[in-house]
Amino acid sequence: MRLYWEVAVRGFRRYTTYRAATLAGIFTNTIFGFMRAYVMLALFDAVTEVGGYDVADALTYTFLAQGLIMVAYLWGWWDVAITIRSGDVVTDFYRPFDYQAYWLAQDLGRALYHAVARGIPPFVVGMLVFDVRLPLSPLVWVAFLVSIALAATVSFAMRFMVNLSAFWLLDYRGPGRLAAALWTALSGFAVPVAFFPEGIGAVVSLLPFVALFEVPVDIFLERQSGTGAAGALLFQAGWALVLLAAGRWMLAAARRKVVIQGG
Amino acid sequence: MAIITVQDLEKTFAVSRRREGARGLIGRLARETVQVRAVDGISFAVKRGEMVGYIGPNGAGKSTTIKMLTGILVPSGGTVQVMDLDPSRRRIDVARRIGVVFGQRSQLWWDLPLADSFALLRHIYRIPEQRYRANVAQFTELLDLGGFLQTPVRQLSLGQRMRGELTAALLHDPEILYLDEPTIGLDVVAKARIREFLAQLNVDRGVTVLLTTHDMGDIERLCSRMLVIDHGRVIYDGDVQAIKERYGGERTLIVDLEEPGPPIDVPGARVVKVDGPRQWLRFHRTDATAASLVAAVAARARLLDLTIEEPAIEDIVRRIYEGEAAWEASTA
Repeated sequence: MRLYWEVAVRGFRRYTTYRAATLAGIFTNTIFGFMRAYVMLALFDAVTEVGGYDVADALTYTFLAQGLIMVAYLWGWWDVAITIRSGDVVTDFYRPFDYQAYWLAQDLGRALYHAVARGIPPFVVGMLVFDVRLPLSPLVWVAFLVSIALAATVSFAMRFMVNLSAFWLLDYRGPGRLAAALWTALSGFAVPVAFFPEGIGAVVSLLPFVALFEVPVDIFLERQSGTGAAGALLFQAGWALVLLAAGRWMLAAARRKVVIQGG
Repeated sequence: MAIITVQDLEKTFAVSRRREGARGLIGRLARETVQVRAVDGISFAVKRGEMVGYIGPNGAGKSTTIKMLTGILVPSGGTVQVMDLDPSRRRIDVARRIGVVFGQRSQLWWDLPLADSFALLRHIYRIPEQRYRANVAQFTELLDLGGFLQTPVRQLSLGQRMRGELTAALLHDPEILYLDEPTIGLDVVAKARIREFLAQLNVDRGVTVLLTTHDMGDIERLCSRMLVIDHGRVIYDGDVQAIKERYGGERTLIVDLEEPGPPIDVPGARVVKVDGPRQWLRFHRTDATAASLVAAVAARARLLDLTIEEPAIEDIVRRIYEGEAAWEASTA
């Protein structure tokens, strides 16, 4: 366990060295937050409620989603694929550790850094300019933080599999693009799933993608409270386990391929 | 006592490729599977504390062998015993007791200071605190790492990084060290320093070293024994000195004369090639010195420029191969 803790600490520290990238990212996420907020304001000029959201919910959702972008890190995480491509993955296979747990630990360290450094500033700026909603109950905050950690885990489990495809495909960015499109459309990042037509929304709500954005946002907005929130966390945890298990299975297949066919 | 024993080792890869001379859409898409024998019946044993040079041209099967020795690849045939374990079945146990350095790959964490990579390795290999501290202190001194322990790896020069890689591979006191081109791309000073370190490591700690390289200097400085493989087979296993005397003693003097002329006749050398004013003279270490030859050439023709070529490993391998084929033909 100690090893994975140390790896997570390094995962966190690794990103602290890129300060300019952090600042540029905060700026971009905040600007897009403003654009999305004005679209929401225009929408709520015409109506007072969409899918159970009022205007304050919609603005809060907007800046939460912008703040959580780098926690989920849906676009452009190729750390594993790059080592597969270069062959450096072989050095990791030499090591006496669990390969998936190693990368999970590293990515959770990264996600924590991004949650703090890239998540809080856009939300605070949004809060200063627009009327957003903050939960009062400390329990809701706790549930929200747990939900973010689970969102990061689900996101890692999916990205890990997309990256592993590099063992079979010369151009891993193809599946990456497909996955990014699914993530953006079905996670509640582009538009809340609550805004979807009812039938479609009900189906999408069962898929793992909503664990990335919709679930933590719903907990924050207290659309899920009490047992509902507990159920939402279980939903995320369940998908996290299923997807991590699928990743292990895929890793075992990749390893077999490498072991039999060579790198 | 053998620490590595390899018996009739084989590795066959299934490579799919487009059918030759295929026509039409289906023909172009259809692929045939070809069996490639990367390692074709290799046997050798390495004693504890030995330093063995493992050489051969690109694609000869060197890396494939090393991957089987480390347990990354499962052999298609034959057996491998490393420290009395079967590496492909006991990969993790073997991993804890070996160190690996690839000159063209890095095992350090790119964005982190060197010291952080070491700290992570300490936890990966569960190195006892005291042992870890003692090793870091010793390697820092031997390899002079002090000046860049806190520098992120991405900012290190190649020479500095290689010193870091060697330390990283040795922190957990491995019994065997596999080195794959550890001096590639380094300048003369950096090469000398790494060779010095490896020689001392072998003496002080008795680490068994299997060294893959294209640099004859690495072998000459470090190894008393050399294994040469080509086309997946061992074509030489024995003394480095003997092979050097037999094949490596020949050097080539290339001279640029002022005017084209007939092959120069000088004692101790023979002209193997003439191209306009340029001539290639091959000579053996025991027959002549480069200086005496240059003087002899200069006495016979006007000399503009000259270079001396040392035999490359590929050259030696080729000559061993030819020699063996000739020997086989003569005894057949």
